[in-house]
Amino acid sequence: MGIIKASKLVHEYIRRDEEGNVAAITTALDHVDLDVKEGQFIAILGHNGSGKSTLAKHINALLSPSEGSLWVDGMDVTKEENVLPVRQTAGMVFQNPDNQIIASVVEEDVGFGPENIGVPTDEIWERVNYSLNAVGMTKYRKHSPNKLSGGQKQRVAIAGVVAMEPKCIVFDEPTAMLDPNGRKEVLETAHALNKKKGVTVILITHYMEEVVDADYVYVMEKGNVVMQGTPREIFSRVDELKEHRLDVPQITLLADELRNAGLDIPLGVLTREELVECIMKCRNHM
Amino acid sequence: MIRDITIGQYYPAESPIHKLDPRVKLFTTLIYIIALFCFKGVLGLVIITAALAAVIKLSKVPFSFMVKGLKAIVVLLLITAAFNLLLTPGDVTLWKWGVFQISDSGIKNAVVMVIRLIYLIVGTSLMTLTTTPNQLTDGLEKSLAPLAKINVPVHAIAMMMSIALRFIPILIEETDKIMKAQMARGADFENGNLIQKAKAMIPLLVPLFVSAFRRADDLAMAMEARCYNGGEGRTKMKPLKYNAQDRKAYLLVIVFLILVIAARIVLPFPM
Repeated sequence: MGIIKASKLVHEYIRRDEEGNVAAITTALDHVDLDVKEGQFIAILGHNGSGKSTLAKHINALLSPSEGSLWVDGMDVTKEENVLPVRQTAGMVFQNPDNQIIASVVEEDVGFGPENIGVPTDEIWERVNYSLNAVGMTKYRKHSPNKLSGGQKQRVAIAGVVAMEPKCIVFDEPTAMLDPNGRKEVLETAHALNKKKGVTVILITHYMEEVVDADYVYVMEKGNVVMQGTPREIFSRVDELKEHRLDVPQITLLADELRNAGLDIPLGVLTREELVECIMKCRNHM
Repeated sequence: MIRDITIGQYYPAESPIHKLDPRVKLFTTLIYIIALFCFKGVLGLVIITAALAAVIKLSKVPFSFMVKGLKAIVVLLLITAAFNLLLTPGDVTLWKWGVFQISDSGIKNAVVMVIRLIYLIVGTSLMTLTTTPNQLTDGLEKSLAPLAKINVPVHAIAMMMSIALRFIPILIEETDKIMKAQMARGADFENGNLIQKAKAMIPLLVPLFVSAFRRADDLAMAMEARCYNGGEGRTKMKPLKYNAQDRKAYLLVIVFLILVIAARIVLPFPM
C-alpha cells in the first residue's frame, strides 16, 4: 500500500436552513480512488470547483469523508485518535501566504509546528535551522514576515511544514497568488524537497506548466478523477483536455498543431528542447 | 495618515533593561504603580523620582519618546487638575464662587494627582518601549499561568494577543487598499461634517470585516493543519528563564517598595 490511498472517497457539503433541515447537498468528491507511492511527485489538476482542494483537506484530516476510506501512511483518517499523527505525516501548504503565517518573526513561525507537537527546545532550534536552510531562507530568519515578498512568505510557510518532518507535503495551489518569480521559487523548493529529502509531494494546481515535471498526474472534474497517467500520457490527449476546459502547455499545443498540419511529430511533447529535436528530425527526413 | 499608528511602540536598543525577563518588567510595573498610589510626603516622591530617572537612564530610550506618550493625555491631565483644584473643600478657602472653591488641600490634591498621572504614563510606557510585543505576551502567559487552574484560558488569551499583533499591519495595509479602491470610484473620506465622514466609513468597514473573517477562517485552518491543539503538551522554542540579573532586579524592586512605604511612615510631610 502507498503512503496515501483513497478508495471510493465521497465528500458531501451539506447546507442546512435555519431549522437545521438539509437545504442542499453538494457532492465535492464522488468516489475518488487515489494511490500515491512514497517519494513520488504527484500533481492534481482541475478547474475551480473540481474538488481538488476538498481532496487535499482530506489528506490532512481537516475534512473527514462522508463515505469511503482514506489511509495516510497506513492510518485511517476517520479515527479520532489518528488526526494528529496524520497531520504530522502529511503537512499542508495553503494558497494565501499571509493567512498561514502565525508568528511575527520568521524563525518563530517555523518553530510553531514543532512547538505544537511537543518537540524539546534544543531540537526545535535544530529543526528550524535545518528547515530554513532547506528552503533557502536562513538569511531572513529574524525578519518580520510582513516585509517579505509573496514567494518568500510561501517558502517560510513551507519551512514551517518541513520543520514538522512530514513524510508527505500537500501543496494546495501554492502559486495561485504569486507573481512568476515567486511561482518559480516555490516550485523549485517543492522539487528540491522531493528529490533531495525524499518527501512525497502532492501538488494541486491549475497551471499546466507546473505539472510537466511530476511523476504522475490526476485530472479532476466535478469530484471525479477523469484522467490519470504520466504527464506525457496526459498531454498526448489534447482534445480530451480541452473538453475538460484545461489548457495544454504552449509547447504541447504547438507540437499538436504541427502534427495536425502534417509534420511527423510524436504525441505528448512537453519541453521546448524535445520539440526542437523533433522538428530537426523532420527536417532531416525531408 | 493611517500608517502612523504604532502599537506596542518598541524602541530597539541594547540595554540591561531590554534584556530583563518580561515577567520581571511586568512585576516591576505593578510594584511601581502600587508605590505611586501609596507614597506620601516629599521623601517618597524623591525616592520614586530617583528610581524612575535611574531606570530611564539605564534603558537608553530617549526621554523625548516618553514625552510623546504624555501628549496623548494632556487633556485628561488638565481635567483632573481642574476638578481637584476647584472641587476639594479644605481648611483654608482662598476663593469661592458657587460650588467652586480653591482651598489649600485642593491645590495639594491637584499637584499630587498630576504628578501621579505623569509618572504613571512615563513608567508604563517605559515597559512597552523596552519589551517586544511577543515577549510581553510570553511574559503574560507565564505570569498568569496559575489562573489556568481556575479555568481561565490563559494560553488562548496570549495566543489571541500575539495573532492580533501579527495581523495589525496586514489589516492596516488592507484598509489602505480598500480606501484607495473606493476613492478611485469617487468615494469621499475627507470632506463633510462628522456624521457624513462616519457614513463614508461604512463602505470601508464592511469589506474590511468580511476579509478579516475570511482571514481568520484561513488562519484557523492553517494552525490546525500544523497540529495546533491548544496549550496542552506544547513546548516552547524560546522558553523564559530567569538569570542572575533578573533575580537582582526582583530584589531591587522589593527594596524600592519597602523604602517608599518606610518614607510614608517616617516622613509623611507635607501631604
